Amino acid sequence: MLGRKLADRLFTGFCIASAALALIPLCSMLYTIIAKGVSVISVDFLTQLPAPAGEGGGFGNAIQGSFIVVGIASAIGIPLGVAAGMYLAEFPNTKLSRAVSFTADVLTGVPSIITGIFAYALIVVNFGGFSALAGGVALATMMIPFIVRTTEEAMKLVPWELREASLALGAPRWRTTLQVVLSTARFGIITGTLLTVARIAGETAPLLFTAFSNRFWFEGLMQPVATLPVMIYTYAISPFDEWHAQAWGGALVLVLMILTLNILVRLAAGRRW
Amino acid sequence: MLALAALLLLVLIRDSWSAISTFGAGFLLSTEWNPVAGRFGALPFIYGTLVSSLLALAIGVPLSLGIAVYLTEIASPRVRAILTPVIELLAAIPSVIIGLWGIFVLAPFVREHLAEPLMEHLGFLPLFKGPAYGYSVLTASLVLAIMIIPIISSISREAILAVPRLQKEGALALGATRFEMITSVVLPYARGAIFGAIMLGLGRAIGETMAVTMVIGNTPKLFTSLLHPGYTMAAVIANEFTEATGDLYLSALIEIGLILFIISMLVNVLARLVIRHVRVPGGA
Repeated sequence: MLGRKLADRLFTGFCIASAALALIPLCSMLYTIIAKGVSVISVDFLTQLPAPAGEGGGFGNAIQGSFIVVGIASAIGIPLGVAAGMYLAEFPNTKLSRAVSFTADVLTGVPSIITGIFAYALIVVNFGGFSALAGGVALATMMIPFIVRTTEEAMKLVPWELREASLALGAPRWRTTLQVVLSTARFGIITGTLLTVARIAGETAPLLFTAFSNRFWFEGLMQPVATLPVMIYTYAISPFDEWHAQAWGGALVLVLMILTLNILVRLAAGRRW
Repeated sequence: MLALAALLLLVLIRDSWSAISTFGAGFLLSTEWNPVAGRFGALPFIYGTLVSSLLALAIGVPLSLGIAVYLTEIASPRVRAILTPVIELLAAIPSVIIGLWGIFVLAPFVREHLAEPLMEHLGFLPLFKGPAYGYSVLTASLVLAIMIIPIISSISREAILAVPRLQKEGALALGATRFEMITSVVLPYARGAIFGAIMLGLGRAIGETMAVTMVIGNTPKLFTSLLHPGYTMAAVIANEFTEATGDLYLSALIEIGLILFIISMLVNVLARLVIRHVRVPGGA
């Protein structure tokens, strides 16, 4: 009897300890990022070009580059992903859609570095060097399976009766899908898409040998471009203390952008207008 | 989508073909990584990836299950409502930032506070032989464990929530303690989904690049001590891809990418056969 109670107590204690233990790294990360990042961030840091160690400088071009590369990725990935997701939701019982759906699930697990190799082989090799476009393609490849999944799920939530009502009123299939189903599922799709964008905005590995890096402002789609995650990585593994400090500043900017987007989306999703 | 998957595989095979045809199966078994001499073997990287990922599971799985049980069965609704999104927040932090934290916070901690007692008390085991470096397989596994906890715990949590209430109450009514209720009712019922959750976590650990690269020390050797540096497949690609001189070198790196792709796809297919359509935190 005592043994059973004891086992139960120990188990409960273990569960509580696990939850507490998981919070330690999270708190430590957030604390360090804020403690070390705040003092670095200034107008100059946000708007200036990087400078050699010891001369200050900022991450301005990396912030600009991140927006550009994520923008390119979204421009490619969102339409393709939403279209494929739409197909899966509207024709759920064909062999093709089942195969596609399973593939999308599995592709969400592709290591991000692999999408980098992919974009390298497709774009960098064929179009003469590292470029913002290649970085965008690498991130888009990562994005698509997530967007497909989120679109499909949001559209499947729309009741079939709504589709039938629209068809019964004489609307053709494409109008039903676009104007009835898509607009009903709009909120879910936007939420999922924004969360996906937040996720890929922090990706580093696919950009290392696609967008590469650059110490100047954006110079065109076919030129290498600096991004925040790659810049943080480069500065973190550099031998200079000043650069380490700047890496923390960059980390704070990146985390603020990603967490803000995440929290806003989740708050909005909780309210469900 | 199918075309994308096929294209991915095709590109990887095409670009690694010169390495595949030069080294054959020996590529998988050779431990020599010598770009200057043009001899390449993938074993140290495959070994490093598997050891660090499995060790991450060994650390992360018990904690994740503990968290899942805590959040479903023990915590008050209020604590649950706060803690659930907070733990998932961990999945939203970019891996490069976890790596940055790994370099400047975790690695020094491992070197100064964790390796010392391990060597002192368990140093007779080859696993914990010194000297201790901060940048080590152990540090990498800890980082990976931190990264897979949100995935495994949130999917397991949903699996536990799916267990019919009546079954749980039945067990309790028969006099079972909470622990017995969980081992006799919840775990058998949720076993499949929990296995899937663990596989998804493993897939994530195998493919993780930045955070590992930044703390594992990047030394292509077959380590025995977890306190020594190692190397992983994803890390060697990230580090050497832009410096690869010569087609064979690049091709060897892409072949490592191909192996990594195949292993992680196998793990993911296994996971998805068990659980379809779950929301992975940090994802969509």
